[in-house]
Amino acid sequence: MISYALLMMAIGCFAGIAGAILGLGGGIILTPILTLLMGVNIKYAIGASIIAVIATSSGATIAYLRDEVLNLRVAMFLEIATTLGALSGALLTGVINPKYLYILFGLLLLFSGYNMIRKLITHNELLQRAKPDRLAAKFKLDSAYYDKQMMKRVDYQVEHIPGGLAVMYGAGIASGLLGIGSGAFKVIAMDTVMKMPLKASTSTSNLMMGVTAAASATVYFFNGSIKPQIAVPLALGILVGATIGSRVMQHLSARAIRMVFVPILLYIGIQMFMKGI
Amino acid sequence: MKKSNEPVNQEMADVEIIIGKILQLGVLISAAIMLIGLILLIVTQSTGYPAGIYPTDFTEIGKGLLSFKSYSIMMLGIFCLILTPILRVVVSIYSFYKEHDLLYVVITSIVLVILMISFVFGILR
Repeated sequence: MISYALLMMAIGCFAGIAGAILGLGGGIILTPILTLLMGVNIKYAIGASIIAVIATSSGATIAYLRDEVLNLRVAMFLEIATTLGALSGALLTGVINPKYLYILFGLLLLFSGYNMIRKLITHNELLQRAKPDRLAAKFKLDSAYYDKQMMKRVDYQVEHIPGGLAVMYGAGIASGLLGIGSGAFKVIAMDTVMKMPLKASTSTSNLMMGVTAAASATVYFFNGSIKPQIAVPLALGILVGATIGSRVMQHLSARAIRMVFVPILLYIGIQMFMKGI
Repeated sequence: MKKSNEPVNQEMADVEIIIGKILQLGVLISAAIMLIGLILLIVTQSTGYPAGIYPTDFTEIGKGLLSFKSYSIMMLGIFCLILTPILRVVVSIYSFYKEHDLLYVVITSIVLVILMISFVFGILR
C-alpha cells in the first residue's frame, strides 16, 4: 500500500514538473504511464488525468503569490471560447464522427510543430508590430512580464485574436468530445496564432487548463471514474511537482522549452492523425 | 498582467497578495484533506468500504466522513481540489473589480456562468 502510494506520488511529481513547464495537461504524460506501466484501466486513467490537470494547474498557481508571467486577461478572454467549445463538444457527442476531428486536430498539431521549428531556426521569439492590433488594444491583451532567465522585462504584443479564439473553441471541443488534454492546443492558440511569448503562453495555458478541466471533472467524479487510491497520491505528487516546475520554468530560456515542446507536439500530432485514418 | 517597474498602486498590490494567499490556502486545504485520508488509509490499512467500492456521491461521502472512513476523506479532498480553479475565477472577478476594469469583470463573470452550467450539467448527468 505504502509503496504503491509512493510510486504514484513519484509519477505525479514528474508529471507535475513537466506539465507546469510545458503548459500541458497531465493526460499526455500520465495516460501512457498509468495504462502501460501500472496496468490501470483506461477509464480510471482518464479520470486520474482530469484530476492531474487540475492539480498541475493549481500547483502552478500557488508557486507564487503574484504570478508575473501569466496573462490573466488573455486567460479569461480565451476561456469563454474554450468553455463554450467544451460544452458544445459534450452536446455534439454522436453527431460528429470523431474520426475527422482526429485528422483535423492531428494536422493542426503537425502544422504548429512545423511553425515552432521555424521559430527555432529564425530565432524570432517576439512579435514586433509597428501598430498594436486593434482587438488586442480593445481588450487590453498586450502586456509585459519580467523574464528571470534574460533578467529583463519583456513587453509583448499579440495579434490574430479571432484566430486564437477559433483554435481555443476547437481546443474546447476536442476536450469535450475526444476527452484529450487541450493544453497543447491552448499553447498553440497563444504562441503560434496570437504570437504571445512562449513562457507567457505556457503559464497562461496552465491556468486555463485547470478551469476547463474543472468544468468536466464533475462528470467523471460522479460517474465513478476517479479512484481515490490512484488519484489522491497522484494529485499530491503533482501539486509538489507543479510548484517546482513553475519555478524552474521561469529560469529556463524560451528556446529550451520550445526544443522539448516540439517533439512532444509532433508525437501527439502523429498519434492523433493515425487514430483518424 | 502587472507591470513590475511601473509605480505600483499599494492598495492593488495588497489585493493581489491577499488573492494569492486565498488561492494558496484553498489548494493547501484540499491537499491536507487528501493527505489525511491517505495517511489514514495507510495506517489503518482499511478503505472503510468493501473491496472495489468507493463513495461517488455526496450522501455516501458525508456518511463515510462521519465514521472517519479513509476513502470518503480522500474523495472529499479530490472534490475540494476540483473547486480550486473555480475559486481562481471567482477571485479574479474580485481582482478586476478592484482594478475598476468593468469589461473584465463582465468577461470573467461570463466564464463563471458557463462554468457553473457545465458543473450542474456534470452533476445532473
